[in-house]
Amino acid sequence: MELLYASCVGLLVSCGVFLILRSRTFPVVLGLTMFSYAVNLFLFSSGRLSLNKAAVLGYSSEYADPLPQALVLTAIVIGFAMTAFVVILAIRGRADLGTDNVDGQILDKKSHKKSDKKIKKNKKAKA
Amino acid sequence: MTLLWIPLLSLLGSIISSMTGKLTRNQSTRLTLLTPIIALIMAISLAPTIFSGEVLQETFSWIPLLGIDIAFRLDGLALLFVFMILGIGILVIFYARYYLSTKDSMPKLFAYLMLFMTAMLGIVMSNNIIQLWFFWELTSISSFLLISYWWQKAEARNGAIMALAVTGGGGLALLAGLLLLGNIVGSYDLGVILESKEVIQAHAWYEVTLILILLGAFTKSAQFPFHFWLPHAMAAPTPVSAYLHSATMVKAGIFLLARFYPALAGTDTWFILVSLTGLTTLLFGAYVALFKHDLKGLLAYSTISHLGLITLLFGIDTKLATVAAIFHIINHATFKASLFMATGIIDHETGTRDMRKINGMWRYMPYTATLAMVAAAAMAGVPLLNGFLSKEMFFAETLHQQLLGSMSWLIPVLATVAGAFAVAYSARFIHDVFFNGDPIDLPRQPSEPPRYMRIPIEILVALCLLVGIFPNIVVHDILDAASFAVLGGFVPEYQVALWHGFNLPLLMSGIAVTAGLIIYTQRRYLFQFQASLPSLNAKKIFDETIYSMVKWCQQKVISIENGSLQRYLMLMFLMVLIFAGWPLFEMSQLIGQKQATPIDVHNAVGAGLLMIGAVSTVIWYRIRVVSLLMISVVGLMVSVAFTRFSAPDLALTQLTVEVVTIVLLMLALFFLPQHSPRESSSARVLRDLGISTGLGVVVGSICYALLTRPFDSISDFFLANAKTGGGGTNVVNVILVDFRGFDTLGEICVLGIAALGIYKVLINLPLLIPTKDSEGRPWAKERYPVLLASISQSLLPLALLVSFYIFLRGHNLPGGGFIAGLITAVAFILQYIAHGSIWIAERLTINYRKIVASGILIALSTGVGSWFFDRAFMTTWFEYFDIPFIGKIELASALVFDLGVYITVVGSTLMILASLGQLTTNDSKDKVNV
Repeated sequence: MELLYASCVGLLVSCGVFLILRSRTFPVVLGLTMFSYAVNLFLFSSGRLSLNKAAVLGYSSEYADPLPQALVLTAIVIGFAMTAFVVILAIRGRADLGTDNVDGQILDKKSHKKSDKKIKKNKKAKA
Repeated sequence: MTLLWIPLLSLLGSIISSMTGKLTRNQSTRLTLLTPIIALIMAISLAPTIFSGEVLQETFSWIPLLGIDIAFRLDGLALLFVFMILGIGILVIFYARYYLSTKDSMPKLFAYLMLFMTAMLGIVMSNNIIQLWFFWELTSISSFLLISYWWQKAEARNGAIMALAVTGGGGLALLAGLLLLGNIVGSYDLGVILESKEVIQAHAWYEVTLILILLGAFTKSAQFPFHFWLPHAMAAPTPVSAYLHSATMVKAGIFLLARFYPALAGTDTWFILVSLTGLTTLLFGAYVALFKHDLKGLLAYSTISHLGLITLLFGIDTKLATVAAIFHIINHATFKASLFMATGIIDHETGTRDMRKINGMWRYMPYTATLAMVAAAAMAGVPLLNGFLSKEMFFAETLHQQLLGSMSWLIPVLATVAGAFAVAYSARFIHDVFFNGDPIDLPRQPSEPPRYMRIPIEILVALCLLVGIFPNIVVHDILDAASFAVLGGFVPEYQVALWHGFNLPLLMSGIAVTAGLIIYTQRRYLFQFQASLPSLNAKKIFDETIYSMVKWCQQKVISIENGSLQRYLMLMFLMVLIFAGWPLFEMSQLIGQKQATPIDVHNAVGAGLLMIGAVSTVIWYRIRVVSLLMISVVGLMVSVAFTRFSAPDLALTQLTVEVVTIVLLMLALFFLPQHSPRESSSARVLRDLGISTGLGVVVGSICYALLTRPFDSISDFFLANAKTGGGGTNVVNVILVDFRGFDTLGEICVLGIAALGIYKVLINLPLLIPTKDSEGRPWAKERYPVLLASISQSLLPLALLVSFYIFLRGHNLPGGGFIAGLITAVAFILQYIAHGSIWIAERLTINYRKIVASGILIALSTGVGSWFFDRAFMTTWFEYFDIPFIGKIELASALVFDLGVYITVVGSTLMILASLGQLTTNDSKDKVNV
């Protein structure tokens, strides 16, 4: 089972990193989310795997390690906050720059121009 | 307290004078003068104590662990400089009142001058060398502001930048030197350092320390080859030059030599370095000064030359030489300040500083001319003036040294040569400006300046005469006290007198005066010779060096930082791969000794689903909706895994977060393109595949190695104390709200900050709302399905009830603030989805920012509350109560803390989603609460 668990973590890391290395914001955000799953699982596993030993006193004789659980719990919530922030940044970036490319170069100049026009239209519509 | 007040008063003066913009010029000047005059009176009142040999000290603890204190000290040397800084500072401010035109901002100049005065006072009075360095840098910065006072002029800006670069660079060297010094001695306290001469000089790093400190001193006091910034700093208004280049800025370097003289001097390295630098500067400055046509240029090089003279004196290995150096510090400050001020008057009255144009000023301003001539005579070293006395002492001391072994006779000869040039340029200053025919097309018709503009010069010139004629009455006490401080307690017998009889120094003076006059009369030939020399423009070299350095840096930055996020991430991942992967190869065996658990069907199915989800996310990453759906499968399986492996709290959290995340990403996708275009080249895809596979293998292997090894955990402590110490049986929750409560507090703060940041980023967002979906179909008009609306509405109370239950039981059973908060948030998000934010806003008027703030405040005040019971921050209190009908229940302060967590989580989550969600409605924003 340990092998299976480790392979899952490894696979999640691979998929996450591959997505993070894409050049558009949305796959990067997805990649980060996937990567944080992997990290959380990895941290959790530092308490080792145990079945039916929840760390609630009085419900079993042996307990799973509660410390990694507590750490991962807050990590999940913070991870959500950070994912949210990044994705909002991506939206803002798209709106301000007209592209969601984060590779430093705007390859797709046509789409850039198009979205520029869209922004102008929107501004006009607002006004 | 008195000592601290001296720099504090001048700082106060800086602030006061900066606020006098609305007052008249006279009022502004009076207000500005107020604080330095009080400070000067204070210093004078302390003088008798210092003259009796006492050293006043004041220390306030600042960072005791690092040995850094706020410490002030006043000994003879410091007192001398305090007098000069305050005295000449007051005169300069008074003078500047008449010098500045009505166009120039007077409060600005005064504020900068006072700031500079503060910095100088700080340097000379510091008793902690780190503090000394702080003030040292402050002089660099404030002199930058002063030199660039006329910032409209390019030469002022360039001069200021050059001065800052050179003296600031020297400051860095000084910092390194002082840190080394502090390390050698084991203390940053000046008193301790001055008494550790043997320790310092026996240390292996003595030379390095010395050179670094000397670099700081030499750059500041414009010693060759760092002299070039000083002439360019002449672009400053003349009062500034009079202050910076007579008594203060450049003297800071000299002060440093004097200050550390007891600790660092005495070795051959010191004498060779200091005396040769001084000698070179002395000769070079005196020679170049003669050829300057600009009045201030002449004075600038003369200043360089005199600074060289003082440095040389510090480098001569006799006690009397040190006394002479201190004496010359005083004399140079008085005559040079008055000369600068006189130059300012001439500039002011004629509109130019070119000596080829200014001639025969004697007829137009005889009074000023007399004053300037007396001061220039002091600069040349004419008898009856103070410059003569210190020059005599200087000549005498050059005869008593063995610096160059058998060639030591060179030094008195070279000193005489420099003296001759000093006479020559002084003669030029007097003759060219005040006599030598008629003025040549001056921009203005010159006349005597306003009466009061001359007063500071009169005072200084009177001092030159008084010191020159009655040296023992006027300067003996202060000179004695300062020498006492520099020489570390022993002052040699010396006699400052006008007449020592016919001796060698007098002969040298005579030769210098005669030769100087000859040089001046025959200057035509010298000027021709000088013109035929190739010119070496220090400014050009400096500019080119700086330019090429900046260009080099820019190129490096561009080549590293090209704006591609992918590239940065790729490099980072590569680093991780190398550093995390490398130790794996050094490990003998991956698998550990722990008994492996068999795989059961449930786990295999779960893992299979997770893997399929992950791989599908990657495969369909171009079609973003599909990719998002696939990743939600992964998230779901992760929470199932937590359930399986005995972590119910985690499972609940993961599940609720998963819901919120997917809703958020769905919303976000609405504003982003629906597809990712095909951009990466095949090679790039291959590279990324390589990196990601490598990292996956490495992390997976580490995880496997970790899982198969037995371990000891500190968790036994938490398990044992959760019930007795924290009053709860759910250990995970007790850790969160009690053992590691401080962490949790930090984390909810982060959550709140992220939510606030998102709120802010979304303000004034230029909207890109698509009207059609990716395949060109228009969005459905029916935005809120009726079925969902009615079900969700009836679900809300139920969901709230569940979250309340989960919250309450959290301390003892899986649940708690985080999870309950997320459940509540999900319940509300469902309402948003079903009805839209406008519908919600009509019914629910909540300001989420206030909610987040109140949540954090509740958590914080629970922590602070324990202070009132004399406990450490965040100590939990709990007690069991018997309540009729309900039974025995437990109340714990951790519950209140958890309430804070709950409220923050609800507020932040809703703020994030509502901020984004409300953008989808085009209606006016003020209707919607976020």
